[in-house]
Parts: sequence; structure tokens; C-alpha cells
Amino acid sequence: MLNANKPFSLHLDPKLFEPATEEEKAYISRMRPSSTFFRDGCKRLLKNKVATVSMILILLITLAVIILPMVWPYSYESMLGVRPGKPVDSSYNNLAPFTWGKTELKRMEEGEKLFPHIFGTDGHGRDYFIRVVYGARISLAVGFFASIIVLLIGMVIGSVAGYCGGKVDIIIMRIVDIIYSLPDMLVIILLAVVLGKTLNVEGTILEKIGSNVISMFIVFGLLYWVSMARLIRGQILSLREQEYVLSSQATGAKGGWIIRKHLLPNCISVIIISTALQIPNAIFTESFLSFMGLGVNAPMPSLGSLASEALNGITSYTYRLVIPAVVICLIVLSLNLFGDGLRDAFDPKLNA
Amino acid sequence: MSEHGTLLEVQDLKQYFDINMGFFRSRPLKAVDGVSFSIRKGETLGLVGESGCGKTTVGRSILHLYQPTGGKVIYDGKEIGDRASLKEFRKKATMVFQDPYSSLNPRMTVSDIVAEPLDVHGLCKNKAERNDRVLELLGYVGLNSEHASRYAHEFSGGQRQRIGIARALAVNPEFIVCDEPVSALDVSIQAQVINMFDELQEQLGLTYLFIAHDLLVVRHISDRIAVMYLGKMVELADAEEIYRRPLHPYSRSLLSAVPLPDPKKARANKRIMLSGDIPSPLNAPSGCPFRTRCPHASDVCAGSMPEFKEVETGHFVACHRLAEIG
Repeated sequence: MLNANKPFSLHLDPKLFEPATEEEKAYISRMRPSSTFFRDGCKRLLKNKVATVSMILILLITLAVIILPMVWPYSYESMLGVRPGKPVDSSYNNLAPFTWGKTELKRMEEGEKLFPHIFGTDGHGRDYFIRVVYGARISLAVGFFASIIVLLIGMVIGSVAGYCGGKVDIIIMRIVDIIYSLPDMLVIILLAVVLGKTLNVEGTILEKIGSNVISMFIVFGLLYWVSMARLIRGQILSLREQEYVLSSQATGAKGGWIIRKHLLPNCISVIIISTALQIPNAIFTESFLSFMGLGVNAPMPSLGSLASEALNGITSYTYRLVIPAVVICLIVLSLNLFGDGLRDAFDPKLNA
Repeated sequence: MSEHGTLLEVQDLKQYFDINMGFFRSRPLKAVDGVSFSIRKGETLGLVGESGCGKTTVGRSILHLYQPTGGKVIYDGKEIGDRASLKEFRKKATMVFQDPYSSLNPRMTVSDIVAEPLDVHGLCKNKAERNDRVLELLGYVGLNSEHASRYAHEFSGGQRQRIGIARALAVNPEFIVCDEPVSALDVSIQAQVINMFDELQEQLGLTYLFIAHDLLVVRHISDRIAVMYLGKMVELADAEEIYRRPLHPYSRSLLSAVPLPDPKKARANKRIMLSGDIPSPLNAPSGCPFRTRCPHASDVCAGSMPEFKEVETGHFVACHRLAEIG
């Protein structure tokens, strides 16, 4: 309609041509808040129900293994039947879930309230629940730290190889090929044996986790960075041809600056995702080695060594094998699903 | 230095790339092969030629983004080569890139992009100074403070190119290599950006090397124009002169392809069609590189590369048969 007051007139209403006031201009030119790549990715991640549930589960397990040992009334290493100056009370060994030993029953008759042994006790009279919690703690710690070691080494070497190119790249990639061809389990077992003898960890904090776990970290540092390095090198090879890298070079920026400011931020999604998927891998390796008897030193439990010990009494105490196995499954499965969710949310090529 | 003093001189610039032809065999690709010219202070030199003739490589070699295989780049009387001279040179010569979509890092905010040269050279003492400078630079190119905290993907092509220009201006340069800065933009935005280049030149006293393949754009912005063919320069003259009286057969053919806005003139205009394709720079023809497609080629042309010489004041041509073809 040309003129609101005179519907049949062809004359234009001059009011339509008045310049906009400042307020109207501000209204039109108001911009929506800037959304970053990271925020978009988080939004997509939260929409993915499986990934969100996995993330919550991981957070709960992590919190549990940190907090529970602080508040739990039993310790993972104290054998409840052993008292100084008294004969060993064997009634504490192999308790079924929610049962108590002799002296504990006596104390409860006197009106004392005692915390139940939720999963019973093991063959040495140690509270099984807290041992599982400690085992999960060891497994998670190994998973996270091993992945961080892998991430750091792989990121540095991969980005240097990708950015420098030429001879540097060829040499590094041939080394990577050689390391790829080594049987990793064999190297871990050999190193665990050798390091157990040569590495003097007695008297330090490291003594508790044992030389086997340390050798595992070392092996992760030595062997597992190669796939991360390859991945990052590939990303950087394609990114360094971008014009913004050229522009940075034209301003005189050095290699380190370009890698830090331009190349790594642009492959951060790949880095996050492969790190998240590396964690369950490390947890599996740790469990496997502990099961073989090459993991943590006794009495420190790990999920793998708990399962291995449970094998002896598998007919009478099946639950002692099932519990650590289920915990491993939960941790690995939720980390894998979370990693998949991260990839779906952050990989630009998948949601193009 | 006087108004017409030479700012940048390029002498016999060569840029070869090694192309791998299988195991341990490589052949040089002569992207730029012996190019010489000079740019006066405050002028715009247009560099034209078809795709793959080495225009972009010339720009990048001048800025030492590729280490030149041979030849000299002399800036303000000093030869650029060693680290110290290069470091100084990088504060005076910058570049605007062709593709406004790939030349801005998608993970950086506009203010970080624009301030990057300042950060690299350590030119700002504190955050406030850096911020002020960024706003000043954005002001030059017609953007405002609201844009500073945004990411590059939130802008249109023209705005992104302005951001790229603001980045090139950050270090207060004297000389800017503009590598086809408008060819990725649509025509109305091209005009805006070209006019902005003009205004900035006036305001800040800049000197441009303007690489393009759009001949009308080049004619509008350039004081002098150089024509390249297959890694060599074939003609260099004042912009009006080269449009009025192109001497090299390649320039003639190139200029006859410019569309004319007047249909009557366009009908009268005879296009000089070239036969064949541009040869691969991997096996360039002997002698004059243009002889395989030149309508006037003769035996002389196959024998030796014609000298790039001044035939009239300020008009350089490289052609053996200039006298015959008139």
C-alpha cells in the first residue's frame, strides 16, 4: 500500500521517506553476539544425549575416585583380621557382601554402628569396595597421564615435522615408521622387567605406584606418540598452505609463532578428539598388563590386578571378577562414546 | 628522497621451483626468469598477465616469501638479502592477499588478526596502545570498534578484504604488494575496495605493486603497467601509453580482449586472437617465450631471448621484430 490514509491514491506518503532516527538505526544495526567455534561445538556436544550421559558418567567416576578414599572408613591395604599382638582373625577373609567379621559383630552387639563392607572383603580380609575404587583411580590416572604424555610429545614432533617439511619431515617420519613396526607389548614387558631392577623408586612417592607403571608411562612416551604425531603432521601439512600462514610469514613471524598462533589452534579439534580416544586405549593397556602381573605393585590394586586375583576363587566369588570388569567396561565405553561425541561435535568435516 | 625517486628496484629476479619427477630427479620450473623493473616512490605499478605467468610469484619473491633463485631486490638503496635487512624490510613492505577467505585465520578475532604484525615486531608496549592502534587501523578501512572482537567468518568478502588491508597497514608500511586484491570480490565491492586503495595511497603516501588480471581495474589504479608472459616481462610503460599504443604483440592481443562499454566502439574493435595455449613453464620454448603463439614470429625469435630495452622514454619492450611489425 502506497499510502495508509488514502488506500486508492497513487501518491506516495512522504512519511515513509523520513530519515531513520538514531534509535531505529541502532535497532537495525544491532548485532547478534559473536559465537565462537568452541561454543558452537559445545552446543552440538550437549545435544548429543549419548555423549552427554557418558560425560556425566566420567565426571561422576572421576569425582568418586577422588573423594571416596578420603571419607571411606576402611583403607585399601589394611587387613581387617590382623591386629597387633593378637592371632590373625580369619573370619575377616572372603566376607560376602554386607556381612561382618567376628569382632565387628561383637562391637555391633554393644550398640556401635559400623559401615557395611558393600562388596565384602578379599582373601586377605581387605575391604573390596575401596580396592575397586583405588583400582579405578589408578586406571584413570594412568589413562589421563599417558594420554597427556602422548599428546605433548606427538604435538611437538608432529607440528615440527609438518611445518618444516623437506628433510626434517622425511627423517622424523622414517623414525615414526620404525617405531610403528616395534611390537609394543613386547617392549612394555621388557622395559618393565629391566626398569624394575634399575629404576630406584624406593622411598619416593613413585614407590607406591611401582616401577611397572612408571615403565608403562615411559613406553607410552616412547611408542604411542607416533600415531598422534602422524595425525598432527597431516593436519599441519594441509594448513600451512593457507594464505594466513603466508601472511604471517610476510610479517616476519618465526616458525614457533606460526605453529602456536595459526596451525595448532586450527587443528585443536582433532587433537582433543584423538586425546579423548587415546585414554581408553591406555586404560586397556594398563588393565591388561596388571592382569598379566606386570602392572602396579601390591598392595596397590588396579582393576586388572583385581580381576587377576579374582580368578583364583572364580567359582565361589564370581562377583569379585565381575565388579572390576564392569568398572573397566563402564570407564572405557563411556570414554569411547564421549570421544565419538566430541568428534561429531568438533570435526568440521563431518557436520559440513 | 624526491617525489620521483626509486623506492624499489628489482634486478634480474629469478625464481625457480624444483619439481620432483620421480626418485631423485627434479627439474626446475622457471616461474620467474630474469625480471627487472623499478617502482618509484608514491606510484602504483600494475602487473598484468594471464594465469600462471608468474605475477604472484614476482610479488612473493620481492617480499622474500620464497628465497629468490637469483637476482637482486634493492629497497631504498639497500639490497635485501641478509637477516637484518630483511627484518627492517618486513616493517616497510607488506602484502594484501588475493583470497579474503583463506587469508584470515578463522580462529582469531579481527583485532588479533590486525594486530599480529604489531605483536610479531613488538611495536606496542601495552594493551591499551595496541587496542588504540587496532581501532585506528580499522578506522582507515571503514570498520568500527564493534567489529574488532568478531571472527573473520562473520564478515562478507569485501569486509574481509578490508581486514586484510588493515593488517597490511599495521606496521606503517611504505610499500604494499597487492596480489589480486579484488579478483575474488564482486564488481560493486571491487569499486569500493579500489577506491579505498586510492584514498589510502593519498593519505599515507603508499607505493603499490598492484598485481591483477582485470585490465580495466589495473588501468584505473596504475600509473605504470608491466605485462608479463611465461615468467618474463614483455612490456612496461605508462598506463595511458600502453593502452594507447601497445608495442609488444602479446600486449596488443591482451588489450584487444578488454571489453569496451560503448557497443559501437566494441563492434569496430578487432580482437587479435592468439592460437594455441600458453606453454608449460617446465618446457618453455627457446628464445622468445611468446614465439609459439606470436603471429609475427620468425627464425630470429627462436634463436635468442629478445632484450628488454627502452624503445621510447619510459617504454620498455622485449621483442626482436619490433621494427618490422611497427
